[in-house]
Amino acid sequence: MKTSPGLETDFMDNLPAPRIDRREFLKLGGGVFILFSVGDFSTFAEAQQSQRGLPTDFNAFLRIGEDGRVSCYTGKIEMGQGVNTSLAQMLADELDVQLDVVDMVMGDTDLCPYDRGTFGSQTTRSFGQALRAAGAEAKRVLVELASEQLKLSVETLGTENGSVFDKSNRNNRVPYARLTQGKRIERHLSQAAIRKMPSEFRVMNKPVNRRDAEDKVTGKARYSADIQLPGMLYARILRPPAHGAKLTGVDLSSARKISDVVVIQEGDFVAVLHQYPDVAEQALSAIQATFSTPLSVVNDTTIFDHLLSVAGPGQVVSKEGDLPTGERASKSVIERTYRDGYKAHAPMEPHTAVANLEGSKMTVWASTQTPFPLKDEIVRGLGFSPENVRIITPYLGGGFGGKSRNLQAVEAARLAKLTGKPVQVAWTRQEEFFYDAFRPAAIVKIRSGITGNGSIAFWDYSVYFAGQRGSQHFYTIPHYSTRSFEAEPGKSAHPFATGPWRAPANNTNTFARESQIDIMAAEAGCDPLEFRLQHLPEGNIKSVLKAAGEKFGWKPAKGPSGRGYGIACGTDAGTFVATIAEVAVDKRTGDVRVQRVVCAQDMGLVINPAGASIQMEGCIMMGLGYALKEDVRFKNGEILNENFDTYEIPRFSWLPKIETVLMDNKGADPQGGGEPAIITMGGAIANAIFDAIGARVFQLPMTPERIKEALAKK
Amino acid sequence: METIRFKLNNKPVTLTTGKDRLLLWVLRTDLALTGTKYGCGVGLCGACTVLADKKAIRSCRTTVGEVDGKAVVTIEGLAKENELHPVQKAFVDHDALQCGYCTPGMILTACSLLHENPHPSSTDIIRELDANLCRCGAHKRILEAVQSASKELKGGF
Repeated sequence: MKTSPGLETDFMDNLPAPRIDRREFLKLGGGVFILFSVGDFSTFAEAQQSQRGLPTDFNAFLRIGEDGRVSCYTGKIEMGQGVNTSLAQMLADELDVQLDVVDMVMGDTDLCPYDRGTFGSQTTRSFGQALRAAGAEAKRVLVELASEQLKLSVETLGTENGSVFDKSNRNNRVPYARLTQGKRIERHLSQAAIRKMPSEFRVMNKPVNRRDAEDKVTGKARYSADIQLPGMLYARILRPPAHGAKLTGVDLSSARKISDVVVIQEGDFVAVLHQYPDVAEQALSAIQATFSTPLSVVNDTTIFDHLLSVAGPGQVVSKEGDLPTGERASKSVIERTYRDGYKAHAPMEPHTAVANLEGSKMTVWASTQTPFPLKDEIVRGLGFSPENVRIITPYLGGGFGGKSRNLQAVEAARLAKLTGKPVQVAWTRQEEFFYDAFRPAAIVKIRSGITGNGSIAFWDYSVYFAGQRGSQHFYTIPHYSTRSFEAEPGKSAHPFATGPWRAPANNTNTFARESQIDIMAAEAGCDPLEFRLQHLPEGNIKSVLKAAGEKFGWKPAKGPSGRGYGIACGTDAGTFVATIAEVAVDKRTGDVRVQRVVCAQDMGLVINPAGASIQMEGCIMMGLGYALKEDVRFKNGEILNENFDTYEIPRFSWLPKIETVLMDNKGADPQGGGEPAIITMGGAIANAIFDAIGARVFQLPMTPERIKEALAKK
Repeated sequence: METIRFKLNNKPVTLTTGKDRLLLWVLRTDLALTGTKYGCGVGLCGACTVLADKKAIRSCRTTVGEVDGKAVVTIEGLAKENELHPVQKAFVDHDALQCGYCTPGMILTACSLLHENPHPSSTDIIRELDANLCRCGAHKRILEAVQSASKELKGGF
C-alpha cells in the first residue's frame, strides 16, 4: 500500500498549543496573568486539588502575552454553539483589543483550569461574566503599568485597540505588548471588577461571524477522528445485540487469521484492531459470538406503565394555596396525561476518541463535553495517576448533552494501554444509537380548573422521570402544586442509559404545560394568546409573548380556529422564549407540515446577535424532530433504530419560514442561548395542530398515526 | 491488490490497494484527507460526500475502484491557492454552519448542484440537499448560502 503522505505533519499541525508540564501550568512565559474563579467554589476546589495539585483559589485565568496576544484558557469546549466566538468577544471588549488577537485555548486538561463541563447553557452566563470581569481587571493592571511608564496618573489614561493612551495627547500611547514585555505579573481577581456599561460596548452586542467558519469550510477543522498518529490502530469492539445481554461464547479464530489484525480479549471486552478501519470492520464480522437473552421485557409502548409502576413518592417542587379550595372555585376541571418517548442525540459526529500512551503518560483526544470528568474516569478506571492523563478536546461535531458520557474515550485509553499502540475508537452510527444516553421517556399528569369568568383556579402538576427543569409554571394561579417523581430506590426505571438532552426536562414539561393552558383557553372560549397574557404578571414572559404575537401578526380568535396557529412560551437557562407555529395538517394522511415559526427571545445582554439567532434557528429545526418524528423504538433491551432511515431527523424539506426576534435587554446580565428556544417547539406545534383540526395529540412525537387516532376520537 | 489511478484535487494519484475498499477510508487513512467525514456508513447522511467528475457521490458507498480514471475533489481541494471557492465563501458569510461536521458534504453537494443547474430555485436546492443531514439545524442559512453562491457564480461554475 502507498504510504500515507502528510500523516505526521497533519497531526503536528493540529496541536493547539505547546506541551507543557502541569507544574509549569502558570509558567507560560511572561505577561500579565489574571486568575479568577467561576461558579460554586466548593465544587471545583476539591476536584481541582485532587486532580492537579493546583491552587484551589482560582479555576480560570487569562494571559496577556509579551507579544500582546491575549489567551483565554478554559475547560469549556466548542461543539457548534459558537462560544469560541462569543467568549472571545467578551474578552476583547473588556480588554479593549481587537477580536483577532484573542486566542481561545479550550478543553485541554493540561493547559486549562478545572471545569465541570459544557452543559446547562452556563458558558456565557457564568463563565463569560467572570471572564469579562477578569478582562476588566487585566485592563486596570495594564493602565497601572502604563501610568508608571508614561509617568502619568491613571485617571489621565484611556485604552483602545490594544494600547494605553494619554487622553490629552492621543499620540502618546504604549501598546500592551510593550507593557508586558519582560514582566511577570500575576493578579488574583478577588472582587468583582467593574465591567463595561452597554454604552461602552465595541465588540459585544454586535453581530460577529463565526471564527471557526473558515477552518470548517475547508476541511482544516480537526475533529477527534481526524487525529491520526503514526502507527495508530483503528479499533472495532464486539457489542451485544441488546442491553443486558451478556457474552456467553466467542470464537476469534477467523478474525486472528486476517493479517496484521490485533485481537484483544479481556473478559467480556473483545476488540479487533488494524491500521485501516475497514479491515478492523472485516475482522469484527469474522467473530462468532453468542450472548445471553436480556432480562428487560419492556418496549416503547409498555414503558409508560412500567415507569409509573416504579415511581417513588415524589418531591414537591413548588406549592402555594390549597388545591381543594381551588377545585371548589372551578367551573370545569380538566385532567390530562401527556407522554413523551425517548429521544436520541444523534450528533452528526459519533462518539470518537484517540488515545496514545507515551511512557507513563496517557493522552486522549476525545469528542467530549466533559474533558475533566472524563479524565477522572480514566484515572479511576484504568489506574493512572492524575498528572499522567491529559484530555485534549478537538472540535466536536455536535453534542446536545450526549457527549457528557464518554465511554468511547475510556475504551480507546484501555485499548491503547493493552496494545501499546495509539488507538482510535470511532463509534459507528449503530453504536451511537445503541450507547446513546437518551432523553428519558416521561409522563406528565395535570389536573387544572377554570372559574366561571375564565381564570385558572388551580393547577396540580406531576412530572414523572423527565426531571424538574421547566416544571414550575409562571402563570398567575392562586392554588397550585408541582411535584416531580423519579424511580423508587432500588427499582430500575429505564432499560438503557438516559441523560441530558438539549434543555433537559424542559421540552417535556413545556409541551405538557402549554398544551394544558391551551385546553383551558379553549374551554374558557378565549384566544390562546390573550388567555396567557391575562394570566401573566408584567415581565419578561409577557414581553416575549407580545413580541412574538406582533411579529407573527396574530389576530385573536378562540381555538380551534382552523388556521393552524399555535403558541407556547417558557423559560430556560435564565432566558425567556415565546414561539408561534403555523401548521398545515393533512387530515387524510395525518401528515403535519410546519410552515412558519416565529420565536421571540429575551436572553438579557446578547453577546453575539448573529450567534444567538443561529442558535434559535437551530433549536427550532431540531425541535421539529422531537415534536413530530423522533422516537427511540426498542424491545427487550434491543434498540431498533440503527441509523437515520428508522430514526428520522429534520431535513431541508421540513424547513419552515423561520423568523427570530431578540429582545433588546442589554442592561441585564447575559443568559443561556443554546437551549431555550427548543423548549417551546412541542407545545407550539401541538397547539397549532389542535387549532388546525380540532383534535389534540397528547404524546410526543405527534406522528401521523397519532394524529389520525386523535381525529378518530374527536 | 490493484493499481488504481485517479485525479485527486487536481493532482494524479496512484494507489496500490484493494479495489473494493471504500473510498471514504482510503481518503481518510491512506491519503490523510480527513475533511471527508464518516456520519452513517450507509449513504443516509451525506457527511462523506465528495465529487467524482463534478458529481456528488457518497464515499461510504463507493469503492476506490469505482473512481479509477476519474477526477475526485474533496473539500480540501475546493479552494484555489488560499482563495475560498464561492460556495465556501458563501457558507462563511452566511454563518451557514455550527458544528461544521456536515459542512464539507453540504458544500460539495451544493457544488454538484450548481454545476448541473447554475440557477437553482429554492425548491431545487432543498431537493438536492434533502438527503444531507445537519443536526445543528443550520438549514435556513445553508439554503441562503447556496442561493447567494449561485448569484455570485453567475452560472460560471
